[in-house]
Amino acid sequence: MIINHPLLGPCDAQEFTYKGDARLIDRPDGMAEGSGPAFYDYAYLRDNPAGEHRELWFHEQGDRSWLVVTRNTVTHDIISVELARDVARSMGRSR
Amino acid sequence: MRLKAGGQIDRDTKLSFRFDGKHYKGHPGDTLASALLANGVRLMGRSFKYHRPRGVLTAGSDEPNALVELRSGGRQEPNTRATVVELFDGLHAAPQNAWPSLRFDALAINDKLSNFLTAGFYYKTFMWPAAFWEKLYEPIIRRAAGLGSITTQPDPDPYDKGFLHCDLLIIGAGPSGLMAALTAGRAGARVILADEDFRMGGRLNAESYAISEMAGSDWAAQIVAELVSLPNVRLMPRTTVFGAFDHGIYGAVERVSDHLPVPQTGKPRQTLWRIYTRRTLLCAGALERPIAFANNDRPGIMTASALRAYVNRWAVSPAETVAVFTNNDDGHRTAADLIAKGVKVAALIDTRPDAPKAAGTELLAGAQVIDTSGRLGLTGVTVKLANGQTRKLACGALGVSGGWNPNVSLTCHQRGRPAWEERIAAFVPAGDLPQGMIVAGAAGGQFSTHATLAGGAEKAAQALTDLGITATKPDLPQAEDAPTRITPFWHVKSDKRAWLDFQNDVTVKDVKLAHQEGFRSVEHLKRYTTLGMATDQGKTSNMGGLAIMAELTGQSIAQTGTTMFRPPYTPVAMGVLAGRSTGQDFRPTRLTPSHHWAKEQGAVFVEVGMWLRAQWFPRKGETTWRESVDREVSATRASVGVCDVTTLGKIDVQGTDAAEFLNRSYCNAFAKLPVGRVRYGLMLREDGIAFDDGTAARLAEDHFVVTTTTANAVPVYRHMEFARQCLWPDMDVQLISTTEAWAQYAIAGPNARKLLQKIVDPAFDISNDAFPFMACAEITVCNGCPARLFRISFSGELAYELAVPTRYGDALIRRIMAEGAEFDVTPYGTEALGVMRIEKGHAAGNELNGQTTALNLGMGRMVSEKKDSIGAVLSRREGLSTADALKLVGFRPKNPQSRIPAGAHLLEKGAKMIVANDLGYVTSACYSPTLESYIAIGFLKNGQARMGETLRAASPLTGEDVEIEIVSAHFVDPEGDRLRA
Repeated sequence: MIINHPLLGPCDAQEFTYKGDARLIDRPDGMAEGSGPAFYDYAYLRDNPAGEHRELWFHEQGDRSWLVVTRNTVTHDIISVELARDVARSMGRSR
Repeated sequence: MRLKAGGQIDRDTKLSFRFDGKHYKGHPGDTLASALLANGVRLMGRSFKYHRPRGVLTAGSDEPNALVELRSGGRQEPNTRATVVELFDGLHAAPQNAWPSLRFDALAINDKLSNFLTAGFYYKTFMWPAAFWEKLYEPIIRRAAGLGSITTQPDPDPYDKGFLHCDLLIIGAGPSGLMAALTAGRAGARVILADEDFRMGGRLNAESYAISEMAGSDWAAQIVAELVSLPNVRLMPRTTVFGAFDHGIYGAVERVSDHLPVPQTGKPRQTLWRIYTRRTLLCAGALERPIAFANNDRPGIMTASALRAYVNRWAVSPAETVAVFTNNDDGHRTAADLIAKGVKVAALIDTRPDAPKAAGTELLAGAQVIDTSGRLGLTGVTVKLANGQTRKLACGALGVSGGWNPNVSLTCHQRGRPAWEERIAAFVPAGDLPQGMIVAGAAGGQFSTHATLAGGAEKAAQALTDLGITATKPDLPQAEDAPTRITPFWHVKSDKRAWLDFQNDVTVKDVKLAHQEGFRSVEHLKRYTTLGMATDQGKTSNMGGLAIMAELTGQSIAQTGTTMFRPPYTPVAMGVLAGRSTGQDFRPTRLTPSHHWAKEQGAVFVEVGMWLRAQWFPRKGETTWRESVDREVSATRASVGVCDVTTLGKIDVQGTDAAEFLNRSYCNAFAKLPVGRVRYGLMLREDGIAFDDGTAARLAEDHFVVTTTTANAVPVYRHMEFARQCLWPDMDVQLISTTEAWAQYAIAGPNARKLLQKIVDPAFDISNDAFPFMACAEITVCNGCPARLFRISFSGELAYELAVPTRYGDALIRRIMAEGAEFDVTPYGTEALGVMRIEKGHAAGNELNGQTTALNLGMGRMVSEKKDSIGAVLSRREGLSTADALKLVGFRPKNPQSRIPAGAHLLEKGAKMIVANDLGYVTSACYSPTLESYIAIGFLKNGQARMGETLRAASPLTGEDVEIEIVSAHFVDPEGDRLRA
């Protein structure tokens, strides 16, 4: 596969390491009261869609950016590639 | 036999070769198959299951029959298709799957047993008893039903891998591929033209018709000559594009040296290419399919197009008299070409009652071949005439044409599903083709030469237009434009066996049996009968099989559908997939900065991931590793030792939020760590399990150096980058791996400080007061060399780790050894390192094994509740903190000289060795020269409460069963006086 890196352009997927569902960005607050169930969901529950899937890829053999790649798991079409940091910010994550 | 004239062979040069122990001659331009036929050899192999005598069926890479073992020794290559082996002087090949000889094969008895060896035979016969499978059935089946044998010697030849990029990849250099390459090449596009043959031209080399009043092969040569002159066109003959992968990436194997006895110096045998394309034009042509009839597998029976290719391209006829059996007009062309070359055609047998007239031979319209004769080679055929009478014809070869299948294989490698096209009675590419792929010529169902030439030019121009490149179509040469006329005819009805899949010995009867037993979908049919599952992937057989299934189920072929083709298009050798990654070069080897010095000392090395580390340093007179390791431990504890610890991961963490970042990354507190101090840190996974441990040294308010274990250097860095970019994107913190940037040595033992004081520049005070346990500083050594000093201890001794830029690592170890001579400084390896950390009760990889928590490791209280850190919440889960949770403890054998087996499980005295009685397990064990006893550490349920008790460490693997006492894991200096000295 070829991943169109937002900063570096098209790169072979072999340069990347795969992590999984981009929901992992949405980490619960560990200091919140009763956050146990939220962490259980966060650590263990994943959707397994046949179709579009937002997932995290790490450009390990490249610039070490974490990317959010929206990929069709059936066709391997890549619909969009974003810097995970931008996605995290857009989801309200900061410090 | 070789015809008197013609053919694209160099008749002036003779090549000697050997097959089945006999010597023959051929010419440059020959394949092994054409040269054997020229020498009158039709019998080339034995079939897979029935051991039937077989000859060539085709003249190309779709060959199912003529498989031979090529070369010998380390170069021996099984299952090589004689039809694609380019002849070279000194070639030798052996028949395979035949014993004692090709002409008399003992297992031909299977042929007589064919009533028992039908489809599903294995499933039905070898069901029971189960124990017989491994010892009896499998060895027998493997011997009887094998293909070629592999050599056990190493392959002496190198294989390469390479990467190519192009605007347009053209697969196949027949008429459409050549026209496409000409169009795109002249337009200036970056073009790759790959063809599996050694001579480009495709069918043009095998046909007799003219293109613009030239021989087809001459026209092809002329186009190739122009393409060679274009710098933007790369011609790749002997190159098979074997797979179409995601996003326009193709895999190809170039057979660089297969046509030579041995590769030229410096050249690989084959090269695996990964080709990145913007557009791809598939010009893979079409493959002729046979017709099934009784005993249609005798040597001498082949596809009509193969017969025509042998006559036209190689000037070879397999026999003096031949016959042709067809259901379409193309068979007539074969007969005409043979007659033109002076070969006697006994008859042209056409299944169509309305067959067009034929000249130069007798036309038997509406007739069918119902049987054949000749055990080791065809002697004649029996024909059922239109009027119902039978007639015998003597002939030594029979060309069979059941029509042509567009070569759709590569179009299926992603999600393409071929569709049935009635006009040519064949499947054509359809569905989602691989990204960027366009199909041209016969591969797309356009069979006339004119149509393939026009299609190649047009589709190339279309592909370039997509890319914004303007192309002018070249003038089209004059060529034949005959329509396809075919009346589908798949098999002649018969009680005898009629072969569909020649390589896996699947007959029409087997398809009928599959239907009868309910295996009716094409995918079930394939797996039940093994139709199309041989190394040729059923290129010549799938179509016939599913047409017969359609007939049996009363469905149309379109409704029946077709099975999928998958990579590789033709078999690919494992060697070329491995490339240079074999033996020692399987993966990179990382050497520590002290490696060359350690080698000079005669160190024994051990692989730790990719690293080579010194395991111990044997001295003269030491005969066992234990002697060396015990000495290294004792010398270190008595005076001073030195060990290269460069392999531990180092991550530089900088930024105003660096402290807070580490505070959230480690489960224990880091925010208030003062500058100039180091702290042990434990990292958890988000599920609460221990991930990795190490130290973090604060060199400045906004600057830390983090260490990781050797094994986790990469995963920890990846994890920290994830936290930085995805969890806390606005933190001011930067990370970089500096593992390779610093050479780092542990200097441990009571004399460590004295030794270091000789190396550290005098401006830096490293006395115990000025530089206490867990201090760190940026200093200089050896008169100005920048360095970092950490007072940390893995051994439990007064110890330091000293880091210098990697390029000074070799010089530093030599200086340490020289300055340390007065203290008898002792280099120690990973074994002594391990012994000392077990003596001290430090956890390492064996304890951080992906199943243990901070609580298990005795560090439960380290997990801070005052802050949020990765893994903290789930580490507090009920199930992980039960009263009888495993705890890290030490073990001493009742008899100090009894070894405690690592991995042993803990049991009460007298308890049976069953899971229900399991109390825990031993993780790390060694002999402690300090305690003069074997010792171990491990996990015991509620271990802290069981100090002083006696249990057993038992290993069902080794049979050892040792009485042990539960003790603290801190065997040596539990109070820590030594490391604070």
